[in-house]
Amino acid sequence: MTTFMLTDTTAGKISAQLMQLRHQMGAPAIGMVLTLIVVCEERDQYDSLRAASEAAREHPSRIIVVINRESDEANRLDAELRIGESTPGEVVVLRLYGELTEHADSVVSPLLLPDTPVVAWWPGLAPEVLSKDPVGMLAQRRISDARGSRDGGVESLVTRAKGYAPGDTDLSWARLTPWRSLLAAAFDQPTGKVRKGTVEASPGNPSAPLLAAWLSERLGAPIKVADSNGPGLTAVRLTTADGMLAVCRSDARLATLSRPGQPDRNVALARRQTAELLSEELRRLDSDEIYGAAVKRLARSYKS
Amino acid sequence: MKDPETPSEEALDFEETIAATVATSAAATSTTLEVAAANPLRDPRDKRLPRVAGPCVLVLFGVTGDLAKRKLLPAIYDLGNRGLLPPGFSLVGFARRDWKDQDFAQVTHDAVKAHARTPFREEVWKQLREGIHFVPGEFSDDGAFDALAMALKEIDETRGTGGNYAFYLSVPPKFFPVVVEQLKRTGVSQAPPGSWRRVVIEKPFGHDLKSAHELNEITTSAFPESSIFRIDHYLGKETVQNILALRFANNLYEPIWNRGYVDHVQITMAEDIGIGGRAGYYDGIGAARDVIQNHLLQLLALVAMEDPTSFDASALRREKEKVLKAVQLPSDLALNTARGQYDAGWQGGEKVVGYLQEDGISPDSTTETYAAIKLEIANRRWAGVPFYLRTGKRLGRRVTEVAVVFQRAPHLPFSKDDTEILGQNALVIRVQPDEGITVRFGSKVPGTAMEVRDVSMDFAYGESFLESSPEAYERLLLDVMIGDPPLFPHQREVELSWKILDPIEEFWATQGQPEGYPAGSWGPPSADAMMGDGRAWRRL
Repeated sequence: MTTFMLTDTTAGKISAQLMQLRHQMGAPAIGMVLTLIVVCEERDQYDSLRAASEAAREHPSRIIVVINRESDEANRLDAELRIGESTPGEVVVLRLYGELTEHADSVVSPLLLPDTPVVAWWPGLAPEVLSKDPVGMLAQRRISDARGSRDGGVESLVTRAKGYAPGDTDLSWARLTPWRSLLAAAFDQPTGKVRKGTVEASPGNPSAPLLAAWLSERLGAPIKVADSNGPGLTAVRLTTADGMLAVCRSDARLATLSRPGQPDRNVALARRQTAELLSEELRRLDSDEIYGAAVKRLARSYKS
Repeated sequence: MKDPETPSEEALDFEETIAATVATSAAATSTTLEVAAANPLRDPRDKRLPRVAGPCVLVLFGVTGDLAKRKLLPAIYDLGNRGLLPPGFSLVGFARRDWKDQDFAQVTHDAVKAHARTPFREEVWKQLREGIHFVPGEFSDDGAFDALAMALKEIDETRGTGGNYAFYLSVPPKFFPVVVEQLKRTGVSQAPPGSWRRVVIEKPFGHDLKSAHELNEITTSAFPESSIFRIDHYLGKETVQNILALRFANNLYEPIWNRGYVDHVQITMAEDIGIGGRAGYYDGIGAARDVIQNHLLQLLALVAMEDPTSFDASALRREKEKVLKAVQLPSDLALNTARGQYDAGWQGGEKVVGYLQEDGISPDSTTETYAAIKLEIANRRWAGVPFYLRTGKRLGRRVTEVAVVFQRAPHLPFSKDDTEILGQNALVIRVQPDEGITVRFGSKVPGTAMEVRDVSMDFAYGESFLESSPEAYERLLLDVMIGDPPLFPHQREVELSWKILDPIEEFWATQGQPEGYPAGSWGPPSADAMMGDGRAWRRL
């Protein structure tokens, strides 16, 4: 891993330095497939960057981390460049001071890889309307994470729904994929009409109402959210015409699928690391309409 | 879509109609395509949801074999780890071993630990472990197959697998007749309505047209053609599937993908290893039957075929069959084919014995370990463009690739000296190892003189992509369980391939001992002689 620090610099200098570092490494043309912009705070930087680098193993990318520092200091741009032998792609960590904190897009835009997709990710706090944010406008895929917000995740999903534009997604939705996949597989077999259901999760878990919203959107039945001791999502119970169909998971690893007239079966259903969630997001870069429908339904049914 | 049993007086809205249709057939436990299509939780726009196989049992014959341990069992675990195995998925091993379920589970566990691509997770193993069963017995033992049939019935009840069975015959072809006969006798090859039975067979699909035909007679006596999945693991490789993407998703290559621009095509599968412990299988079969008949001719078909109307199995297979039918053998087989047998020598710094000195090989064996043939394709696109196919053991290194070599530029506005070392443009699809694509073209050497030289532009799936790209067997096993056949060759393709190879094998049979080549080299001199017209094999 080669690290290079630039203080009080510009996007042009960063670009030139990146090219020089790559030539020094003897690898001038790495097949990078996208640019990932990570907008976060200093304290989230390490974990977010680690997840992004891990995801870059599947999707070689240029990762640009944007950290807004003190806005009342003098205008300044500091950059840290990393090119590794162990990881494909490149990492640029940008620290912005002064008025520049309002104009991150002016630094990021010249550093984007030409003619390839751009993805923006806010691991913590995210702007109200992702697609209207200056950095968000550079990206065709915008990823927020309701769990990273401080005001309780569910409200932030309501905010997401209000400002939804095609291309938005949320990691609390990606966390649901294994659950949704298992439930969809259960419905591949003949299943009676669902009358009602519940989703159980630890209190305040933003994924739970989202799963309930998706289920009621697709099944046309009322699905409630109930609190449990966690961790995370613990159960989905659906009352069907034939009896109860349930997926229960108490240890965050192994779930039990029970359905009327059939033996209970265990299914691996482990909680996933942020890197895996991010990898899933990067696999398809077109807009996720199913998420859009689910999050809007959640907002409609949410009473604060 | 409406089920005949649905009460027609019920005025239901759309959603309820679907649910009601599903409910009326709820008595059966099986998965049918209609039910899956009516699944309210599935939506074609929901691309995050993976294709998951329906509840089923995979019955594996030959669990003690190398393939099972190194590829199949780990692939099953990897599928589970990616969440692609259905709840209740069960694996039944059948072999001549005095094992209990837990012994087979232990074998599976060890194989998974040693060879799985994805990290070992206790919960995934637990899910898999619950469904592992073992039936001991010989293939000729009626009692053992009765026990198998009973075990399957019991698994249907305890695991809810709905009578869906896939039988994977990872056994030498000489056992196919007896196993298939047993499956027929016990009735497990017959699918009751609403469930499926499939059989998976591995190469070799016979050793000539006649035997391939006989083998097929045996299999089709118990299973319909649509339930037979012939595994050619090359077709499950990402790079091979990428040939289709490269050709049919781009506009860049199609205009030059014909006799107007292509000079010739070279398809190579080289191995650095000898025959290892496969003497019993390999001797009498040889390189051409082992590799050219299946892998290389399939690659040829994918590279040369016209664009299919869609990517469903019938459209894809139709195009492959068309191009295989158009393949023509050279009139002079002596001049346009080469066969060799490796002698002792040095391979990558190791002293190795010759083929005739290998354990279990008769000292007067005439089996070839190197085979190269020149083929032409008689159609408008390819007439006059030779396709050179070669394969061999104990060659310089392990590499499989398809190289499309283009004609030289019709006129070079440079002096002859400047372009002296300029070769032909080439597009190379590297199948393994180091999966990717290379384009070779001329470029100016930096400096004051106008000197033009060959350079390579690489697209690499790269080591990073590799660790997350699934193994061929994962993809193929999943396709079997889902019932998705495009990546499996049809019997007609198998027979067409034998029609191409049989005359060559017959000619070779009259030629006595194959030409020797030192281990670690790139084949016998006759292989170079057959190229002609100023063409040469790529140095790999």
